[in-house]
Amino acid sequence: MAVTDLQDGAILAASGIHKRFNALVVLDRVDFALKAGEAVGVVGPNGAGKTTFLSVLVGAHSPTAGTVRFRGIDVTAQPAAERCRLGIAKTHQVPRPFGGMTVFENVFTGAANGGRLRRDEAYDRATRSLSLCGMLTLANRRAETLGLLDRKRLELARALATDPAVLLLDEIGGGLTDGEAGELVSIVREFNHRGIAVVWIEHIVHVLLQVAGRLICMDAGRIIADGDPRAVMADRAVIDAYLGRGAG
Amino acid sequence: MSEQNTLAVERWTPTSAASVLLAVAAMALLAFGPRLLGAEQVDRLTILFIYVILAATWNALAGYAGLVSIGQQAFFGLGAYAAVRLAAGGFSVYPGLVVAAALVGLLSLPLSAFMLRLKGGEFAIGMWVVAELMHLLVNLDPLVQGETGTSLIALDAYAADTRRDQTYWMALGSMAAILTVLFVLLRSRTGCAIQAIRDDEEAASAVGVRVLGTKRIVFVIAAFGTALAGALWLATALTFQPKTYFGIQWTAYMIFMVLVGGLGTFEGAILGAVAFFAIESWFGAAGVWYLVGLGASALIFSLALPGGVCGWLERRFDLRLLPVGYRLVHRRAPTSSNRDNRGREIHAVR
Repeated sequence: MAVTDLQDGAILAASGIHKRFNALVVLDRVDFALKAGEAVGVVGPNGAGKTTFLSVLVGAHSPTAGTVRFRGIDVTAQPAAERCRLGIAKTHQVPRPFGGMTVFENVFTGAANGGRLRRDEAYDRATRSLSLCGMLTLANRRAETLGLLDRKRLELARALATDPAVLLLDEIGGGLTDGEAGELVSIVREFNHRGIAVVWIEHIVHVLLQVAGRLICMDAGRIIADGDPRAVMADRAVIDAYLGRGAG
Repeated sequence: MSEQNTLAVERWTPTSAASVLLAVAAMALLAFGPRLLGAEQVDRLTILFIYVILAATWNALAGYAGLVSIGQQAFFGLGAYAAVRLAAGGFSVYPGLVVAAALVGLLSLPLSAFMLRLKGGEFAIGMWVVAELMHLLVNLDPLVQGETGTSLIALDAYAADTRRDQTYWMALGSMAAILTVLFVLLRSRTGCAIQAIRDDEEAASAVGVRVLGTKRIVFVIAAFGTALAGALWLATALTFQPKTYFGIQWTAYMIFMVLVGGLGTFEGAILGAVAFFAIESWFGAAGVWYLVGLGASALIFSLALPGGVCGWLERRFDLRLLPVGYRLVHRRAPTSSNRDNRGREIHAVR
């Protein structure tokens, strides 16, 4: 089958993903394959199914039909915690820190659970993740006292501490200024250079294009374009999806 | 990072090490209670130990794991009931108290399978329903004779003084054991997972925390501890009337102690139990007004000191007596031992 050919050598692969909430079809037979170390941007109008798609990949939602494979193993029935332990991590669109714990404890929790590390290694991993995300000076702050940018950084540091092979980012730059978003871009690029494959949903396209080597565009629960970022942005179907038919 | 200034994770501070030593010394001293104190004081202290167990287990459940249960009287009553049942079956009374609690802990395992799927308010009320259900089921046992109740007759075999001392030592030992187990658990890596679930269950599972299994650990330990408290209470009160043991007031006391002391601080539960014990000792005779005062002070505390006494101490003076958390600190010079020049237990981060 063509789908299988496409997914050969993929670290994360979704085939025939269908997701329905009652009568509403949110994902309509989506096929997607991610190579190890790749950085893929995801764009599309609101309601296209982007966030739901990431939720299905990470195991927060189970698909109505279709399978998700990680390193060739079917993980469709695995809950989010197990997929995280295998190496799939995700940051949340609205940051979800463990508010009553310190920044260090937040990240340590990721290292000790998702990263399956013993105490001393988990200390190391947590400290390095904080360092990479520029959060060492905030290590002993209670997470609930952080502002938006630091909450987003914490999402990244905590996900990184789980030692992912695939990192799914859901609008990590949303709500930030260009300068702030730029900081996060350099962190994400650093992750990617270290070999972590990234799937990144973002509305701020110029931010996305600084990292993504490949772009997919979703509309109405389907992937309508997939490939080189410039080609995808110039695609007629993509322009129609964003601006409405007959525009431009 | 230079050699002169490496990062280290700090678990113990001089204050917290001193607190633990002090607590151990206090418990060692309390072991001589029956030799040093009068009969009434021994009885009163036994009650205090039971309160500490109740407060500490509820704090672990609600303050650390976010499992706000208002049905812990289910386990309190079942612990006492199981002790009565075992004694009636000829089981030796004092070991029977621990076995009774262990049986209830075992029962909480299948119970956790469906109760822990409930969230927030549903879990809280659901636990109350469980308590009422257990109350009704226990009443079906002819041994209990409905609300007339029964007594732990087997204790009559002991002289009054022996019984008092035995119960005192058992309560003290149980308290020490449960505080130790909870302290070690909350300081372990599982302790972080427990608190992560409290703060955001979905985010916890997204970073690899096995939510159900982790919650179950706390739920079962709390059930065991609360059941042990119920069995010990039976040993002090001798009579078992289901209505008394399955009453919601037990959970109300637990909530009071933990709110006053500090929800989610380890020492808070202990302090709250002592405060509750003191208030009860001084004003307990005032009847209705005692209860009014109890309710009013709970209200004042939750409005004026939302973190309880210990939460306030922590915010105001950065004082943690029995911390379970982690602090990242700069350490001057790396040494080969696990302790730096200030006597803290730390782990250098490579």
